[in-house]
Amino acid sequence: MNETRHRVTLTVNGVVREATVPGRRLLSDCLRHDLGLTGTHVGCEHGVCGACTVLLDGEPVRSCLTLAVTVDGHEITTVEGLARDGEPSPVQRAFAECHALQCGFCTPGFLCTLTAFLRDNPAPTEEEALEAVAGNLCRCTGYQNILKAVHRAAELQAEEGGA
Amino acid sequence: MKPPPFEYHGPVTLGEALDVLAEVGPDGKVLAGGQSLIPLLNMRLAAPAHLVDVNRVPGLDGIEAGPAGVRVGALARHAAVERSPRAAAVQPLLRQALRLVAHPVIRNRGTVVGSLVHADPAAELPAVLALLGGSVRLASRGGEREIPAARFFTGPMESALRPGELAVSAFFPALPARSGTAFHEVARRHGDYAMAGVAAAVTLDEDFTIAAARVACVSVGPVPVVVDVTAACGRRPASSVPWDAVADAVRERIEPEGDIHATADYRRHLTGVLAVRALRDAAGAARGEES
Amino acid sequence: MTTKLFGEPVRRREDARLITGRGRYLDDLGAGALAAAFVRSPHAHARILDIDVSAALDVDGLVAIYTWEDLPGALAEPLPLLIPHPALTHGRTAYPLAREIVRHVGEPVVMVVARDRYVAEDACALIRVDYEIRKPVVGVEEAVRGVHLVHEDVPGNVGAHLVQEVPGPGGVTAREVIEAAPHRLEFRLDIERSASMPLEGRGVYARWDADDGSLRVYSSTQTSTSVRMAIAARLGLPLPKVEVIAPDVGGGFGVKIVHPWPEELLVPWAARLLNREVKWTEDRREHFVSSSHERGQVQHVRVGFDDDGRVLGLDVEILHDHGAYTPYGIIVPIITSTQLLGPYKVGAYRVEFSSVYTNTVQVTPYRGAGRPQGVFCMERTMDRIAAHLGKDRTEVRAANFIQPHEFPYDQGMTFQDGRPLIYDSGDYPEALRMLKELIGWDDFPAMKAAAAAEGRRLGIGVGCYVEGTGVGPYEGGHVQITSDGRVHVSTGLTSQGQGHETVFAQIAATELGVPIEKVSVVTGDTRRFGYAVGTFASRAAVMSGNAIALACRKVREKALRIAAEALEADPRDLEITDGMVHVAGVPSASIPLATVAVLSNPLRYAFDEEAQRATQFAGPASGDRPPVAEGEEPGLEGRGYYSPVRSTFAAGMHAAIVETDPDTAEIKILRYAVVHDCGKLINPMIVEGQIHGGVAQGVGGALYEKMAYDEHGQLLNASFMDFLMPYATEVPRIETAHLETPSPLNPLGIKGAGEAGVIPVSAVIASAVEDAEGIPITGMPISPSDLYALRRSR
Repeated sequence: MNETRHRVTLTVNGVVREATVPGRRLLSDCLRHDLGLTGTHVGCEHGVCGACTVLLDGEPVRSCLTLAVTVDGHEITTVEGLARDGEPSPVQRAFAECHALQCGFCTPGFLCTLTAFLRDNPAPTEEEALEAVAGNLCRCTGYQNILKAVHRAAELQAEEGGA
Repeated sequence: MKPPPFEYHGPVTLGEALDVLAEVGPDGKVLAGGQSLIPLLNMRLAAPAHLVDVNRVPGLDGIEAGPAGVRVGALARHAAVERSPRAAAVQPLLRQALRLVAHPVIRNRGTVVGSLVHADPAAELPAVLALLGGSVRLASRGGEREIPAARFFTGPMESALRPGELAVSAFFPALPARSGTAFHEVARRHGDYAMAGVAAAVTLDEDFTIAAARVACVSVGPVPVVVDVTAACGRRPASSVPWDAVADAVRERIEPEGDIHATADYRRHLTGVLAVRALRDAAGAARGEES
Repeated sequence: MTTKLFGEPVRRREDARLITGRGRYLDDLGAGALAAAFVRSPHAHARILDIDVSAALDVDGLVAIYTWEDLPGALAEPLPLLIPHPALTHGRTAYPLAREIVRHVGEPVVMVVARDRYVAEDACALIRVDYEIRKPVVGVEEAVRGVHLVHEDVPGNVGAHLVQEVPGPGGVTAREVIEAAPHRLEFRLDIERSASMPLEGRGVYARWDADDGSLRVYSSTQTSTSVRMAIAARLGLPLPKVEVIAPDVGGGFGVKIVHPWPEELLVPWAARLLNREVKWTEDRREHFVSSSHERGQVQHVRVGFDDDGRVLGLDVEILHDHGAYTPYGIIVPIITSTQLLGPYKVGAYRVEFSSVYTNTVQVTPYRGAGRPQGVFCMERTMDRIAAHLGKDRTEVRAANFIQPHEFPYDQGMTFQDGRPLIYDSGDYPEALRMLKELIGWDDFPAMKAAAAAEGRRLGIGVGCYVEGTGVGPYEGGHVQITSDGRVHVSTGLTSQGQGHETVFAQIAATELGVPIEKVSVVTGDTRRFGYAVGTFASRAAVMSGNAIALACRKVREKALRIAAEALEADPRDLEITDGMVHVAGVPSASIPLATVAVLSNPLRYAFDEEAQRATQFAGPASGDRPPVAEGEEPGLEGRGYYSPVRSTFAAGMHAAIVETDPDTAEIKILRYAVVHDCGKLINPMIVEGQIHGGVAQGVGGALYEKMAYDEHGQLLNASFMDFLMPYATEVPRIETAHLETPSPLNPLGIKGAGEAGVIPVSAVIASAVEDAEGIPITGMPISPSDLYALRRSR
């Protein structure tokens, strides 16, 4: 019972990476175990918790609901790729400033989701911010500080854009 | 929670995809967005011998909006359809329903046609197709066939799709002038499958009396339940419709079952409430009011 | 001292790695380790007839398959009963792998080790287990009927039975008092099961070093020291040859205090046997059926009270659902029984509980640990009394409060730590006053009436609690200042997101007068600190915080002594500021702590310029004194232990305004207010975060979460699709206010804060929904469907 293996080439955080994986390898496992990028976490493996969210060609997707072979040739951004020149991104800084994480396990999924969200909507309303975080589970924070961080990140992003 | 082994196929043309599907027959499963299929694989509740990944097939991601309606290709993601201004202009119910489908990140990957083929009676899009009298186009090596919604959904998680066929697109017809739509649902949590949900379409006469009114209900039967409530509404303006009677007319036609989230009784009650809310909003939209 | 960081909202030091994906959680470790997976029972109650592994043997990548038959020595024995109690007459624990009988869906039967988890699951799917299905016992009422037994040798399914009586004045029993009371009420209250449900499941990763004969185990646990002792004992290894490390842990909330889990023994055992690294990462489905649940209780209340609403006698009977096993003893119902009393003086009290076995997942503490049930009981009782007398609900509570001058207040019971239930401090009337002001209690009737005029239904609810925190027996801390001036702090208990690296660093920086940047903190690593109990019962800050403070004080004293000698000053005149020891008021007469550290350790060999100062020819030698004086030790380090005489009692009061939809029966929380007293705050930002998270979990328990078992013992909602943990859209904004009544019991004056937020939420929401609807709410959680049913049956 030997499985066919497929060669996949992914551009992860700007770096071309290759892996040879069975058809059934989840993108989450490929990133974590084949490519050693363990910042992407797996909380449910059925698409509900959002901890595994990464950016696929810039758009947030559940990496536990994506096969690695399907995204052969595409660009992936993980939490490890959000910082610019070693400096945490506005979303990352806002999370630390606002105490928007406790155990930190769900955090990478929130960060990836919000990075794309604030790119598309740099000045969200309360309601839009709520909708943006509403597909990710966090068991620690009660979300209040995460919502605060969305707005703080928008401010930081605006400051950076203006600088 | 890891998928069982399967033979992976990644066809790059429609012809190739149909050839593979013909070859693997009932042992094959199509992967498009994967947002319903992959959870089933991860839980090993589905174990197809062959997985035919159509994501590389060109030309399947179209969203064509014309006066007659919106045709959505097999690889058009929920998010793309939701954001399409032309689709929204021709058939606003699409956007109204898509906003209720799971969460934005799921919609980035999930496909409209995939939701139809999955045929979950708790899902929004089958109800939309059923309400509008749309259809699904199925292709196989032998040719294509267009199946109307009324015959497409055959049971819970069951559709008219046969082994060897690929659902290549779905068509959501436009409504006549002076029509409006709305979708109301109540889910336990925001983004969950609804305990009850109602899509409504109302068409008004020139004097703003109700000419036609229909609802499609989710989570209250094996397939989306479409109820024509034109007679119950009567030829009168929405403001004087006997809404309680309309709610009862809808409740009579549905057969909800109880589960851990809601009793059958509650679902029946709720569907009536939501039908009225959706119909009133649809009637308002038909008059050109913002709901 | 100028470096005062205690009490400041210092940003977390954990975050830099956690926001960049550089955290190290269990499954991030051990790339290349073999993967374990388990065949688990699909039946709630069955006898194993046969296990046939033959079909799995051909799986490419399979390494090993183990059943109970393969387990040697102590590993084949039942898992330990962690907290024995005389009332737990029939304690029962599981075997690491099922032996003959399975007692809940999810019980591990076969362990598979393979190249990776995919392959391990393939092999599991091919293993055939034949079962003879037995009648399962589901639900406490079915259990007490005792027709079918979970354990053949436990009659009536009763594992424990305990009656506690606190008589009233003159030794009158609660039942007698109630009979004679001017008013009496009697009712039943139900709470459903929920679970800790951390986003990261459990996990174990073991490396055996065959050359050294030693084992290193990483576990996503709340107690690495105790896991270590269990592994050493069950695997027959010398304790010094076993090290256990809790890496970054993705949430615990109680479930990870249970130990040793079967996997915590089996994975290290297999790693040693195979001489290969082995890792097991629990998946979400496993977590639902193979870890622990909590909360499920049925409570019968009888209360007698006077015209002012003062409780003269209270009689509570509790049926506690313990699931299939009792590894954590009867801590949960003991906590319910004792903490039920809350901030109140009850004339006479009787509480009786029966803890019964059912064929469901075992019950062990989940954040709150029995308190939410007890508070639900007491606060519903207060509301009932108010309704009966036509009084304001807060007035009835105030009539029963322990007054500020009555501390220490002895409730006359034995708490979960085996020590007297004596409250150390608090100010309940003030907390209630603050809460009423925060939520606008007195203005609410007008708000409610205005809403009603628009066809909207609003309700307000309130709930009070007292939480015994910081239970013993002890925790320790070690503090070392090295010759580079850095401060290394370690403590044995573990962290799951509470920000210990930050708050312990704040304490150390404040005590030692050093910049916080110089301080590093290690928790949960037995290589650094071997004596500890664990992280539970809101105890980490109280226990390890005080232990670290005491260790720092020792180190400080030694530093001042050495510095005094070098500066030729009196140690009493010295201060430490910004890492410099100096004479008070004379900043020029100073010496860096780094240098003090160098001087503290007499050297023969210099390894850098700074170290030369401590070598044997560096200064004038004292011919008649040894380089290390008698009673001294080399190095600038110290160890401190904090062992409290008893727990310290935090308190809080919550209020909520809810809206119920007259048509759909949806329940929406419009406002949620919290007044919280955990003594002195080390870091208000972190305490606030703990409250938010606790309330969110409480909202889950009040409106969304339950474990839906069918009559066959199948858990129907074992996924995040159907077990409804709140998203951001389900959690209200939480308004908080703090009251500080310092604890007189510990040097820092602090009380625990970790669990507080969750405790009264079900009581508060029930109170508010009842106020909105005018229907008695006697069970939680409550869904729209439930509320609809209540409306219909009215």
